[in-house]
Amino acid sequence: MNSDKRSELLRDLTPEIEKTGRSWYVVFGILLLVFITGIYGLIQQIDKGHIVTGMRDNVVWGVYIVNFIFFMGLSYAGALVSGTLHLFKTSWRAPVIRLAELITVISLAIGPFFIFFCVGRLERIPYILAFPRIQSPIVWDVIAILTDVFGAAIFLYVSFIEDFAILRDAENLQIAPWKKKMFRILSLGYTGTPKQKKILTFSRNVMATMIIAIAIIVYSVLAWIFGVTLQPGWHSTIFGPYFVIAAVFSGVGLLIILMAIFRKIYHLEKYITLKHFVNLGIVLFVIAAFFGYFTFSDYLTKWYGSVKMDKILIDKLFTEFRTYFIFANYIGILTPIFIIAIPKLRTIRNITIAAVIALLALWVNRYIIIVPTLETPFIPIQDTRHDWLFYSPTWVEWSLTAAGVAVFGMLFMIVSKLAPIVSISELEEADEKNAE
Amino acid sequence: MERKIKDSSSRRKFIRKFGLSLGSVAVAGTAMATGDSSSDESGEKVMLLSADGKLVEVDRASIRMAKAETREQIKKSHKGIPDRKFVMVIDLSKCKNARKCVDACQEGHMLPKDHEWIKIQLLQDSELTARYWFPKPCYHCDSPLCVSVCPVGATYKREDGIVLVDNKRCIGCKFCMTACPYSARVFNWKDPGVEVPKDHVYDPELNIPPVEGTVGKCVFCADRLRNNELPRCVKACPMGVIYFGDLNEDAVTNGVETLRFSSLMVDRHGYRHMEELGTMPSVYYLPAVNRMYPVEIGLEDLDESISDRYKPIENKKPAKSEK
Repeated sequence: MNSDKRSELLRDLTPEIEKTGRSWYVVFGILLLVFITGIYGLIQQIDKGHIVTGMRDNVVWGVYIVNFIFFMGLSYAGALVSGTLHLFKTSWRAPVIRLAELITVISLAIGPFFIFFCVGRLERIPYILAFPRIQSPIVWDVIAILTDVFGAAIFLYVSFIEDFAILRDAENLQIAPWKKKMFRILSLGYTGTPKQKKILTFSRNVMATMIIAIAIIVYSVLAWIFGVTLQPGWHSTIFGPYFVIAAVFSGVGLLIILMAIFRKIYHLEKYITLKHFVNLGIVLFVIAAFFGYFTFSDYLTKWYGSVKMDKILIDKLFTEFRTYFIFANYIGILTPIFIIAIPKLRTIRNITIAAVIALLALWVNRYIIIVPTLETPFIPIQDTRHDWLFYSPTWVEWSLTAAGVAVFGMLFMIVSKLAPIVSISELEEADEKNAE
Repeated sequence: MERKIKDSSSRRKFIRKFGLSLGSVAVAGTAMATGDSSSDESGEKVMLLSADGKLVEVDRASIRMAKAETREQIKKSHKGIPDRKFVMVIDLSKCKNARKCVDACQEGHMLPKDHEWIKIQLLQDSELTARYWFPKPCYHCDSPLCVSVCPVGATYKREDGIVLVDNKRCIGCKFCMTACPYSARVFNWKDPGVEVPKDHVYDPELNIPPVEGTVGKCVFCADRLRNNELPRCVKACPMGVIYFGDLNEDAVTNGVETLRFSSLMVDRHGYRHMEELGTMPSVYYLPAVNRMYPVEIGLEDLDESISDRYKPIENKKPAKSEK
């Protein structure tokens, strides 16, 4: 690898690592404000109790749980996309694989916080580790998520080692000494000897395999939290695989969106091309088809028969939640399929729009899985209080939701200042392959 | 009763020394009915400094640290009453929504007004069948999903069939509330503002005081059962709707008459609500046949906030009700 080529790569892929632009501070400041608003909401909630949320005795889980499943689902981008792309040595994976891994770790770090917001006594969270009961799906979840977080972090780190070594060796890089030191420590003395290369490749393959398996377990367990209850709409055998597919759907959607964003702000047009969007778009297409099929299958069986509770639930979904239902389960699934199915429509902008719709629709899909079921308990709610009958999220819940998104953005921005957002070593490797 | 705490650990020793030297911290005797017979004395006397500065001599067996006492009380609440299997029978033909059970329960457990551990629903099974009043406590199921899903063991099933919640352990994840198909559980969304005397020892059998951010529910008045007393709702009901008893003795009583449980089930065709869910409730119902009063009587003389409950629910309105 000649050094000119490498320094060009470095310059292109880590534009923020040497200097910090003004826009970086502006965007970061805005996100920080959103985050602080969320913290204020959280303080309100701790101070006054959960009464400040829209949750009440019937709808005991609301937007927090929706966000929890949603963020956990996003982590699939890394697990399945980067894991499978890596294992199958897909030729076009180089520019997207790092992004996918970052999504995984960052969303995995954020997701569990929404569970903390939902829990009535925050200070007793350690009880889950102190007095765990293995019968409880929540304990399964804790074990699974912790494993996933560590696994994903290791997978991400292993993929970073080569890049850290490149950054360490880059002499003409104008960066602070502490960053140099950080790169030196993090690169673990990697110099690219054949033995080191072999070990690294082996570790990455092992981690990629494991991360796929763990991710499937995590999301199935998440689904079983709902599946094991007797509630209408939740008590479904399809929930495990259905949630897994939904997670991949949102993960791929987010990956496409972030690709579009980074391509634009870092001017990565040379590296992230239409080909990548189309390829990931096709992945999104296939997943959308599966997701639509699962959704249809789940609702068809509930709707066709006439079990009392299923009928009440379906009636609610088709009347009160009609708009949500149409958006989540028709528009959100059919739009990506339509856009990607027609070759003429496959532009970067269209595919990104399809991904945005898919992502939003999936959030709404989670919402109409959680809330309508809780509003239709077996023994009808008899109450005069409107908020006891119908759930509607309050500003506290929205502020914390926004804070979650803001933290996601902030963490991405911080990482992009410290390390290349596109894997340099992978790109070099791909180039070498092409040259051969 | 002999001290169960062994003196082997130095920490415990320290706590005990601390307790003995600062008598005001220790609680002498148990204000609560703990079921211990008072004749259990160790014979060893110790001097304690009481809160008003007097030295008093008490039996060592009656001294326990307030905290240790709570712990012991919680531990005892896990055990249940030996050789009992409690059962409740609710005679729907007699209920007229007098709501005395609700009041007695709320008073006895210091519940906020909007917390009902026993709810009275107005049910109608299908369009052409009759409406009926349906008191609904916790069913204390023999296959309780709420207990299975609790991640920290804050809710537990005892050998006498009672399901309790330890609100000192409960983390407030509300999984039990979504798992319970009968909506038996309530959540403390805000500080219930219940004050208890300083020397009050928390006991899950009574579950006072309610704690913000934790779950509460009907406890079958386990504290009264220890003293061979009937639950508060049973005693309060003017109609004798609720029978309570022991399956092992095959007898249930509403305080006025005592009946054989098995023959009641046969003669009056007892059933359990939503048997098909397989939760195996400990609460049985007698169908609302040959009613003593028309259903409408239950709608008279009610607060508007209560009578409005039983009106059909209008569709989602944009306006939010007051808190």
